[in-house]
Amino acid sequence: MVIDTVRCVGCNACVVACKTENDTPEGFARDWIRHVVRGTFPDLHREIYSERCNHCDNPPSVYNCPTGASRIVEGGLVVVDRSRCTGCKACVASCPYNARYVHPDGYVDKCTFCAHRVRRGLLPACVDSCPTGAMSFGDIDDPESEVSRLVSSRKVHVNNPASGCDPQVYYLM
Amino acid sequence: MEETLVFRTNEGIDPHLHIWGWDVAVYLFLGGLVAGLLFFTGLTMRRSEGRAGMPASVRWGAVAAPVLLGLGMLMLFVDLTYKVHVWRFYTAFRWTSPMSWGSWILVLVFPLMGVVALVLAPEVVRAPLLRLAPLAWLASLGRRWWSVVASLSIFSGVALGIYTGVLLGASVARPLWSSAALGPLFLASGISGAAALLALIEKDHAIRSWFTRADMWALGAEIVLIGAFFVGHATSTRCHLEAVELFLGGPYTGPFWGIVVVLGVGLPFVLEWLELRGRVIASAAIPLLVLVGGIALRYVILAAGQAAGVGGDAPLNTFF
Repeated sequence: MVIDTVRCVGCNACVVACKTENDTPEGFARDWIRHVVRGTFPDLHREIYSERCNHCDNPPSVYNCPTGASRIVEGGLVVVDRSRCTGCKACVASCPYNARYVHPDGYVDKCTFCAHRVRRGLLPACVDSCPTGAMSFGDIDDPESEVSRLVSSRKVHVNNPASGCDPQVYYLM
Repeated sequence: MEETLVFRTNEGIDPHLHIWGWDVAVYLFLGGLVAGLLFFTGLTMRRSEGRAGMPASVRWGAVAAPVLLGLGMLMLFVDLTYKVHVWRFYTAFRWTSPMSWGSWILVLVFPLMGVVALVLAPEVVRAPLLRLAPLAWLASLGRRWWSVVASLSIFSGVALGIYTGVLLGASVARPLWSSAALGPLFLASGISGAAALLALIEKDHAIRSWFTRADMWALGAEIVLIGAFFVGHATSTRCHLEAVELFLGGPYTGPFWGIVVVLGVGLPFVLEWLELRGRVIASAAIPLLVLVGGIALRYVILAAGQAAGVGGDAPLNTFF
């Protein structure tokens, strides 16, 4: 996933779309908005990040899961298999992005990049709902894809690169 | 100036992580205590040729170990949020997951503890059990393989003790737990707790003094490892440094230095030293201080590792 921080206005449409699409319980969210203001008045600038699970290529949450409930599936998506989750919270403790939470029903929940929609050829709900077109989704390994083109054309930032998790949500600066 | 605002409120995550509570701290403490009991059981078995030479405290310790570990596993079960899936731990082995290793280690350690208990338990416990033929066979097996059981007991004790620290250390997203010293520290604390417990129940003065001396060594190792823990964090990345500041002026300074280090390690070390020189009358208070320090160590490390940041809006509990 690629998110253009210049186009993003922090309207929360992606957050609401995710909540509606995935029916997340009250008080919980799979994605969220983070504002970062830097500088000294009056020379200030603000960056807006739409954040969620980074579907890392090297995910400690998957490595620490004792039952195999957290796993990487086709396309590099990191998912939680509810039928195997015990709610031990090892994955929550090991995610450097705090992207997982315990669903009130007991299992651990997180962003799936709307895998159920992607399988039907649709975009994730957050990407589909973005009113400024700030979000793009596709195969980063395909050099012809829109996401590859965007990543190679602009300055790119990933959250917390020092974690060594190889996050797969890219922010265009 | 940098100001961060996050519009998110996920229970258990925001404003700071609080997924593991007192029940996990109790499990870590009991796991460490059982590790220490296994260690001392194996050690005294190797020093003794047969049942007759075994101290009464170690015999009762061998009975207590499976009970305490069972209680610890109950605490883990209490912590699970999806309890009906608990059996899933035993349908997979994930070599990258310390919790998976731990689940299987606990299952493998239980039969060993059972054999040790059948061999060493005082007659009042042992006699009724040995009326059952399979248990009598296991006891005879244990007696025949005395030195192997002793070595396995020492090895399992060390593995279990280190594991309780590695379990937290594997969560690399939490800088406070991300320390190679945590496993050895929890092992030393477990051995110290077991020595204190055995000294508490031992009636023989000479044997009690031996356990007191062993506890002093373990407490000394704890002091060195706490030092290594701080040096490791202080010379690491900024987030490690900020994490350890929770104990250096931060909200956990009092509980860590007051209860864990002074009351749980330093004071019993000094009192035991005086006790061995006959300047302080041996009392139950000294081993009890060690045990309180052991559970406080787990609780404080567990809570501080999940604690919120101090100053600004950036959460300190992750590498964010």
